[in-house]
Amino acid sequence: MGQHRVIVVGAGPAGVRCAQMLVQRGMRAILVDENRRDGGQIFRRQPDSFGRSYGKLYGTEAPQARDMHDTFAKMRDSIDYLPETLVWNIAGKRLHLACEGRAFTRDFDALVLCTGATDRVMPVKGWERAGTYSIGAAQIALKAQACSIGASVVFLGSGPLLYLASSQYVEAGANVVAVLDTSAFSRRVRALPKLLARFDLVRKGAGLVSFLKRAGVKVETGVEPVEILGTDDAGVSGVRYRDAGGEVRELACEAVAIGQHLRPETQLADLAGCRFAFDTATRQWLPECDELGRSSVKDVYLAGDGVRVLGADCAEVAGQLAAAAVLGDLGYPIDAQGLGLLKQKRTRFERFASGIAEAFPWPAEQITRVSDDTVVCRCEEIRAGELRRVVRDEGAREINRAKAFSRVGMGRCQGRYCAHAAAEVIAGCANVPVEQVGRQRSQAPVKPLGIATRQEDA
Amino acid sequence: MKPMNADVLIVGGGIMGTAAAFFLRRRGRSAILLERGLVGQQASAVNFGAVRRLGRFLPQLPLATRSREIWAKLPELIGHDSEFLASGLMRVCYREEEADIFESYGTDAAHYGLALDMYRGQAMRAKFPFLGPEVLAAQYSATCGHANPRLAAPAFSRAAAREGAQIVENTDIVRVEKDGDSFRATSADGRSFRAPNLLITAGAWAGQLSAQFGEPVPINGQGPQMGVTEPMPYGIVPVINVGSDKLEEIIYFRQVKRGNIVFGGGRRSTAYLDERRAKVEPENTLTQFQRLRRLAPALARLNLIRVWSGVEGYLSDELPVIGTSRKVSGLFYAFGFCGHGFQLGPGVGDAMAEWIDTGSTSTPLQPFDIGRFLS
Repeated sequence: MGQHRVIVVGAGPAGVRCAQMLVQRGMRAILVDENRRDGGQIFRRQPDSFGRSYGKLYGTEAPQARDMHDTFAKMRDSIDYLPETLVWNIAGKRLHLACEGRAFTRDFDALVLCTGATDRVMPVKGWERAGTYSIGAAQIALKAQACSIGASVVFLGSGPLLYLASSQYVEAGANVVAVLDTSAFSRRVRALPKLLARFDLVRKGAGLVSFLKRAGVKVETGVEPVEILGTDDAGVSGVRYRDAGGEVRELACEAVAIGQHLRPETQLADLAGCRFAFDTATRQWLPECDELGRSSVKDVYLAGDGVRVLGADCAEVAGQLAAAAVLGDLGYPIDAQGLGLLKQKRTRFERFASGIAEAFPWPAEQITRVSDDTVVCRCEEIRAGELRRVVRDEGAREINRAKAFSRVGMGRCQGRYCAHAAAEVIAGCANVPVEQVGRQRSQAPVKPLGIATRQEDA
Repeated sequence: MKPMNADVLIVGGGIMGTAAAFFLRRRGRSAILLERGLVGQQASAVNFGAVRRLGRFLPQLPLATRSREIWAKLPELIGHDSEFLASGLMRVCYREEEADIFESYGTDAAHYGLALDMYRGQAMRAKFPFLGPEVLAAQYSATCGHANPRLAAPAFSRAAAREGAQIVENTDIVRVEKDGDSFRATSADGRSFRAPNLLITAGAWAGQLSAQFGEPVPINGQGPQMGVTEPMPYGIVPVINVGSDKLEEIIYFRQVKRGNIVFGGGRRSTAYLDERRAKVEPENTLTQFQRLRRLAPALARLNLIRVWSGVEGYLSDELPVIGTSRKVSGLFYAFGFCGHGFQLGPGVGDAMAEWIDTGSTSTPLQPFDIGRFLS
């Protein structure tokens, strides 16, 4: 036992549950994580010197967070844990890692990618101004550092995180000016049958909205962002938007949190050579995998929000399913009944997630309408007008071509925050379906890698 | 289906083919450019982007000089500067014997009209303060520079189209043959194209086409190992490379106006012609870091943000094939530029257009004749 080299990337809910199941079967897995401590984004821990309680930090998710942290603590000595370590590249069956300026490699027999998700962001005119954060980042500021992103905050976007993060801000005593949702309320009603696959979550979501309203926060649906107001020097001073009735309105604030639900972090799957397919419900390319998490590449498995965004509890299930697939493929006997229950759970979660996608859609039409002076790619400061110019005048109707000509997606984030929106702008301008615009190819490094990094023998 | 006709068929839409199409139109010749994917996607797009004469094989300097004159006129000619900057370029060395080689190259290059300056010691450090302490000498050309490879070939293609060339993309030519007085090129999906002249500019894949005319060449595909850092304020003006015969020392870099440092050099990866892809091997990136730190220590403070590779064609003697077929009249070649074709592209396009149009070229190209591989 234990002679197989299994590497799990990511110590969030999927990665921890996956490693736990491997440990239970006597396997010593390597668990690599970019963060300083386990928990992923959702169960991110506060600094050691901070004393907020689980209830205060994680709210309704406190029992799950505690269980996750305890599980990790118990197995800590039974795994090879590599925190603060970036997987910056994959070549064949070798992972290339970097930690504190040292580069080293680890070979694997099986690789489970539990890379999680980050905000999916719609570009809004003025979003490059200081004081604009993604909703996920706003939540991290609160969770990890007990900070609000500003003295007065507008939350603008869509998706469950819009309501969760804004409620957490209110609860922590921050001044939330408004919660503006780009999706129409009627969509939620229509998606209700699917959403009822998780009645507990529907109730929780409704509870968040009424909590916000009771706290006096303006909550609007069906809005369209017009501009994040302010100056380049002083940063954000407010938000201009069109309300559901078509009236243009302005709200003063010092900071804005924006985001349209989440998008999987798929660069590692891409570098590993996994095949992708276009998902029409969420209008994005996602890595293909079977019901257990086997990707199109042998010995590479995918689990959690890094494949498709189904939430933390589903990620726990997916991590276990992937572990079962790894174990089964390596010749270990599998508990078929346990597996069947996990699959049933997963199906229910998937139905709920498809309801979420319908209720809080990615605002593709709004994105195709953004003004020419709206920055699309913040890293390279490329505006929609320039992107449209290369589509119109230079024939760049494919996203990698448009990137080559306009630099959209060429900067520090490598398109992680702009490629989805850029694809919509291109599709709108070229008048083609967005899937025809294609998918921006990932290149190493997965995150910026210091030239000072020195190679070390593994 | 009725075949498309023109004076010249060009197979391969890199910088050689697109420039040739443009200059043929300028001479009033009709041209059909056939490209398997989109123009300017392989070697023409992924190379380092140096517009360099310094250090070139001496008999190639007349062609490089012809090309350099075109680079300076791109905005007037094609309406796009492709970010060409006559920034200056230098090569540096770590050993005395290499400095001696630089000196004698400088004397020879002067006969071709290329003026080069040598810098050492204090003078070198004063002019190029970013060089590492191990750098011994630098040879500098004020007229060399760099451009953006992702933009140049597509810009030539658009200009050629404006001049009336037919640019046919997404057309994979699988068969080429001469049928009576004209050539026929047939695509994988069965379309055919005809012309009395055929120019093959298909890079690493050109060997598959020259072989169909009984002129096989020893060519293979290799992938350059490129990278780019995050931007920093623009300040390192010249392009810098290490002129060494030791592969493990070779590195080159340039700073673009936007501020990023583009670098490459050293061991190349295998390119897969069927997949039309080559990868960057992670180990190569890390050894490049080491060489960058030795060459310009301050670069250690930057982050790499992206790597890339692509397919470049290499002939066994590291020189391209440029010229006419030895066996078939009306057949012309310009391919296999062994990683140093970007600067030459506009000049090759111009020279081939001249050759096809007039039957001869004013630039000596004899050393690149395909006959050197035919027994």
